[in-house]
Amino acid sequence: MSLRSPLSQARGLGSAKDGVGHWWMQRMTAIALIPLSLWFVFSLVRFPLLDHATMVAWIHAPLVAVALVLFFLAMFYHAALGVQVVIEDYVGNEGVKLVSIVVTKFALFAFGAAAIFAVLKIAFGA
Amino acid sequence: MAQLTLPKNSTIDRSAGKVFKAPAGTKNVRAFKIYRYDPDTQANPRVDTYEIDMDKCGPMVLDALIKIKSEIDASLTFRRSCREGICGSCAMNIDGTNTLACTKACDEVKGEVKIYPLPHMPVIKDLIPDLTHFYAQYASIEPWLKTDTPAPTRERLQSEEDRAKLDGLYECILCACCSTSCPSYWWNGDRYLGPAVLMAAYRWLVDSRDEATGERLDQLEDPFKLYRCHTIMNCAKTCPKGLNPALAIAETKKMLVERRG
Repeated sequence: MSLRSPLSQARGLGSAKDGVGHWWMQRMTAIALIPLSLWFVFSLVRFPLLDHATMVAWIHAPLVAVALVLFFLAMFYHAALGVQVVIEDYVGNEGVKLVSIVVTKFALFAFGAAAIFAVLKIAFGA
Repeated sequence: MAQLTLPKNSTIDRSAGKVFKAPAGTKNVRAFKIYRYDPDTQANPRVDTYEIDMDKCGPMVLDALIKIKSEIDASLTFRRSCREGICGSCAMNIDGTNTLACTKACDEVKGEVKIYPLPHMPVIKDLIPDLTHFYAQYASIEPWLKTDTPAPTRERLQSEEDRAKLDGLYECILCACCSTSCPSYWWNGDRYLGPAVLMAAYRWLVDSRDEATGERLDQLEDPFKLYRCHTIMNCAKTCPKGLNPALAIAETKKMLVERRG
């Protein structure tokens, strides 16, 4: 039971004056992912066999490596933004919400870094 | 503040519903199943069934509700005023959709007519939700003309084209059907302004006579107040006035992108 006025409760802590950047980047990464993910899927189904040697040879090509780095950047960035929205939607407790967002963002950026590092290691490898 | 299940004292007690049978010999019988909650008892909500002689009842759901209250059960409680879709008082959930009882014809519903209060709001009694927070959110967007230019001696002029921008916005009667149909408003209604209030905010953003557009955008740019809208479109689907709050919200987001370049 709160004795704050309804208007005070509705105003809450006021506007964060933030959110348009998050919203815009979610759209931008989504648009980028349309050609990148189509390219990724169609490139892989071309191969009769997805074995290690084929993949290493494929990733060695500079254009493929660049496109893969872009794909992983866009995908993990998009995932981090999207999961944040889902957590904000469904997790009520402020502490749990903050911890969940931080943990998922750390994890997704770590996965993204690992994926990009793997691509570069193969691309620059002998 | 997502609350996915009802608190224990809000779940419907299916065994407690009363049945009011139509008199024997009635030909055109229609059953109305209506959510009942009495705050003066400790009892959980229940669903009562009222059988009505449709030959002696007006065509709208509101006609049936008034008939029930007048002739069968005076304790049935609901809001109503204009009975012609302009006051927004009789907004409720009929046949699974939020709408106005006065503009919803009984014929549009197949089988039993199920009537519940607007979803996911605190219930004061029977079909009456507590709209205090909804109205406070409306007040929070300061829905009035704001100007710094001294008032002219005559009207504030507005071109026909600029006036046309308010069409599809000003007709909103604040019945709350849209906001209470929105899952984002259900889970985060304490902070998310909801479609009705955001459309009202946009009505002032596009008013050519208003001089506080930037200040209004500042107040809206917030992950919770505005960006909980995920374009689910329940608002536009349910609006009994045929308006499109989702479009107004999308236009607001476009304005925010536009101003940051």
